[in-house]
Amino acid sequence: MSLVPETTRRALRKAEATSGKLKRAATSRGATLAAFIIAAIWTLPTLGLFISSFREANDIKTSGWWTAFANPSFTLENYAKALNSGDSLTLSKAFVNSLAITIPAAVVPIILASLAAYAFAWINFKGRNTLFVAVFALQIVPIQMALVPLLQLFSDGVQIGGLYILPGLGVNGLEGAYAKVWIAHTIFALPLAIFMLHNFISEIPGEVIEAARVDGAGHGQIFYRIILPLAMPAIASFGIFQFLWVWNDLLVATVFTSGTELPITKALQDLSGTYGQSWELLTAGAFISMIIPLLVFFALQRFFVRGLLAGATKG
Amino acid sequence: MSDFFQWLAGLPPLAQVPIVLVVFIALIGAVLFFIEYATRPGRGYTLLRLLVTVLVPAAVLLLFGLYNSVLWVAVLAAALGGVLFIIDYRSRQGSGYFLQLIAFMAPAMLLLALGLIYPALRTLMNAFITNDGTKFAGLDNFAWVLTSPDGLTALINTLVWVLVAPVVSTAIGLAYAVFIDRSRGEKFFKLLVFMPMAISFVGASIIFKFFYDARVGEQIGVLNAVVTAFGGQPVDWLGLEPWNTLFLVVILIWTQAGFAMVILSAAIKGLPAEQLEAAELDGATPWQRFWHVTVPGIRSSIIVVLTTISIASLKVFDIVSAMTGGRSDTTVLAFEMVRQFQLGGRSGFSSALAVVLFLLVLPIIIYNVRSLKKQREIR
Repeated sequence: MSLVPETTRRALRKAEATSGKLKRAATSRGATLAAFIIAAIWTLPTLGLFISSFREANDIKTSGWWTAFANPSFTLENYAKALNSGDSLTLSKAFVNSLAITIPAAVVPIILASLAAYAFAWINFKGRNTLFVAVFALQIVPIQMALVPLLQLFSDGVQIGGLYILPGLGVNGLEGAYAKVWIAHTIFALPLAIFMLHNFISEIPGEVIEAARVDGAGHGQIFYRIILPLAMPAIASFGIFQFLWVWNDLLVATVFTSGTELPITKALQDLSGTYGQSWELLTAGAFISMIIPLLVFFALQRFFVRGLLAGATKG
Repeated sequence: MSDFFQWLAGLPPLAQVPIVLVVFIALIGAVLFFIEYATRPGRGYTLLRLLVTVLVPAAVLLLFGLYNSVLWVAVLAAALGGVLFIIDYRSRQGSGYFLQLIAFMAPAMLLLALGLIYPALRTLMNAFITNDGTKFAGLDNFAWVLTSPDGLTALINTLVWVLVAPVVSTAIGLAYAVFIDRSRGEKFFKLLVFMPMAISFVGASIIFKFFYDARVGEQIGVLNAVVTAFGGQPVDWLGLEPWNTLFLVVILIWTQAGFAMVILSAAIKGLPAEQLEAAELDGATPWQRFWHVTVPGIRSSIIVVLTTISIASLKVFDIVSAMTGGRSDTTVLAFEMVRQFQLGGRSGFSSALAVVLFLLVLPIIIYNVRSLKKQREIR
């Protein structure tokens, strides 16, 4: 079962079958040239930085990276230096922080969202459509609007007339505490996650669920034994999405982490501010920060594209 | 709760991950267990429902940690739980129905209410209060956005971002998707343009900082190397007002064109081949076929791509933060908002900026909600 709607898939198969006939029409020489130029412009900046990251510090500063083809001399020293760079927080420590932030922040919202998505899809209640549209609309409320009050909420809790309803999290200034950034990422991911997973879960055939109900399963079992396994492709797609999003995020991390818990994006940004001209550190550091997302991207590309299509063709 | 997080903070970062996940999954397991047994008839199950509705709200509050009013709040929560039990018990759909619904929805909905709706409303209020939080300020903060150099620059630049980035990325993505459609090595070509999507804005910014680099003597940035090769003087691209904002927009275009390309490419492949063939038989030129058959056929996908990238460009923060830090008049709403708060603690200004951002996004929300409503009516 895939996320792409059946009509699109049918059309895809048809397009593949007739592609031979149209080949000559679609690829003219000018088009191919234009495609080459776009592809070159899109790869050149990354390639330049990548080659530079292996050059000697002095070479980077005095000659363009393209001269490295004429007189090649490469080193891994930049990477060793970059991993230990940074004033209070080394890049290697920030890398570990990123992992510690990203994994829970990708898993938790998906599970919470799939519970809500199931209820939206398969449990009837008054005001279901209105509530669903409201959740969808939240998706586009800029998280900037929520950042500062949420930060205050984490430290002060909820009070009504001086009476505490909920206390704060009590982790302010505590070293090694990721609770704030986990919760923040979870909350900000929920609207999109609920929307995407609902699209998928509501398309699971009703007969399957009805059959399970006849066999005496309650909603708990149906969710665990039927919905979760069937929705795995959708869950995986969104998981990769969320993983990349959290790993690459700077804004939420800037607001909700500090000191020794900063993720790699923030460490890299600080590096680019304080060592703005230390290109040997910046080039290597940038690629260290890209390793995980690029690995995830190349290994799980199929799921990623499916997720994109589901989010977009329905949205 | 806070005790748990404090204990967790003492552990090494990577040891925290499995512990949090195990605890979380155990909690979800308990919720599913309750859902499974909630609707069953019989005295035992009714007792289970009663216990859960009364004890869980109170226990959650007690677990949060001890503070002055906790007992009262816990008692109140237990009483509300009891009321909930009675409402559910007499519900028309059978007892337990309402409770299982709440168990499914409550975690996500509570988090959204507490973490998104309530904060957004607070920001809306703060926008009308002075920076020190003492007095009602009327529209003063919005006047500041429209008249101060920082606020006005941020607003104008954001408009530039949202006008340029979506159109250009979509155009490039569409052109590329058409050019490589059914060509040899299509997958590889797609990957080249798609890859920037996996790179963070901070990483992309460093890539382009290097690309734009300007210095005395031999150039190491590609752009200035080209300029000097043609006999020009090296240009400090990022300090070149007012064009520097456009050089930052290029970075967003670079990351988003791949997204546009993937979506539009799939849409093009979904077009019925007969239409294109018919147009070809009628003697339409490739350009006419593209403009009169392909583009109308993928119209809805184009709109989705445009709105998605518009939202991304309205909210852009990372690129400005990592490239210029807002210097040389490159600031945008989302960046200025964080800067006003972090540097000066000016919560009034910062909230007003956030509200302006919301107003800019609002038309897109309305459009999307409308089309979603239409979709759900068709179902």
